[in-house]
Amino acid sequence: MRRSLVYSMCVAEERSAAVFEQLAMPLFDRLYNFAHWLSQNRDEADDLVQETYAKALKGFSSFEPGTNFKAWIFRILRNTFLNSRTGLNAATVPLELQDDDPALPVESATPETILIDRASQRVVQEAIGELPVLYREVLLLCEVEEMSYQEIAASLAIPVGTVMSRLSRARRRLRESVQKKLQRSTP
Amino acid sequence: MSHESWTGKLDAYLDGELESAEMQELDRHLRECPECAAESLRRLQWKRSVHVAGQRYAADPALRERVRKNISRGRSTRVSWRWWPAFAAPMVVLLLLAGAAVLQQNTRRVRNNQIVSELTDLHVGTLASATPVDVVSTDRHTVKPWFEGKIPFSFNVPELQGSPFELVGGRVSYLEQSPGAELIFRIRKHQISVFIYQERSVPTDFPAVQSMDARSFHLETWKQGGLRYFVIGDASPEDLRALSDLLKNAK
Repeated sequence: MRRSLVYSMCVAEERSAAVFEQLAMPLFDRLYNFAHWLSQNRDEADDLVQETYAKALKGFSSFEPGTNFKAWIFRILRNTFLNSRTGLNAATVPLELQDDDPALPVESATPETILIDRASQRVVQEAIGELPVLYREVLLLCEVEEMSYQEIAASLAIPVGTVMSRLSRARRRLRESVQKKLQRSTP
Repeated sequence: MSHESWTGKLDAYLDGELESAEMQELDRHLRECPECAAESLRRLQWKRSVHVAGQRYAADPALRERVRKNISRGRSTRVSWRWWPAFAAPMVVLLLLAGAAVLQQNTRRVRNNQIVSELTDLHVGTLASATPVDVVSTDRHTVKPWFEGKIPFSFNVPELQGSPFELVGGRVSYLEQSPGAELIFRIRKHQISVFIYQERSVPTDFPAVQSMDARSFHLETWKQGGLRYFVIGDASPEDLRALSDLLKNAK
């Protein structure tokens, strides 16, 4: 009886690791892209992804089946980044980025939004890379990962309202930054 | 609803975040309002640009293979129990009991070491950081409210008047993906980090109260009111204990 119990536990653990692999490996490219955007460095992104997978496998028993695995593992990656040297420096929030700032005015059609159509991919990438990390992460999770506001809130451990306000500011900043870059490059 | 109100909802609309009734209403508005329709199209093009530009970095295939192998190794290094039927039942029971005891002890030691190591890294990271705290204040009535809404619990900061300790500030810290508070205190020229997490989010096997040394740092830990406290620094064990007592009696 005891033998069969232990045997069952071992088999269950093996199955759990197999389930983890099935869930986690399809997200590898996405996690790597996000890690590189956060750290802005290939070596750090490599370390970040490896550490994320190691931590996630170790803590997989704490993952509640039926909840969002993608949000769960992105949250591990983001927290690992925040505790890294680069993350510790990057996550310091300047006063102007505080979430309780009054809401920004509603965006409207202006020449700069039209200019964006002409923006080359490189200019947009450069501008994303220059965003403060708190804006960069929320923008990437929304636009690249196409997560819902709820999923983003779970990944970043912030309220949905904060997701919305950061996203709005991130978009505005990015648009302004792209506009400036395009103006500089146009004689 | 006014034209301006609809413009304000365009992003949420394009993100698919509006309630279905509102979504349908905005759909109708877009069919009737060329200005909003044009703005909606611009924002959609913008979203597409960011979506494409954001898919910038590709991992080295060797890294993917390394990660995959690490997961597989984690599976294959687990002990295989399939040969056990060859043993007599009493021997199996004995081995199991002995093995379980050793395993439990080792697991506990390994886990405790991992947590201490992670906390030491966090403390060293704080010492090395150019911006060691996110809220800079010597006033406990400033530091405590700063954490509200940033971590899922509340805690008391001690009154330091008359003690040799000085509060430097605080920051949000993560231990095993769980958010918690890090308070930084100074005594003479030593900095001490106090980490506070919910006991249930960082389950540990430390005894209720324990003192230990890790990489030349001293550490005090205890649980109180559903929270787990870790006090770590290179100040003397007596200083750490004195700070711990202040924290335990904080109101």
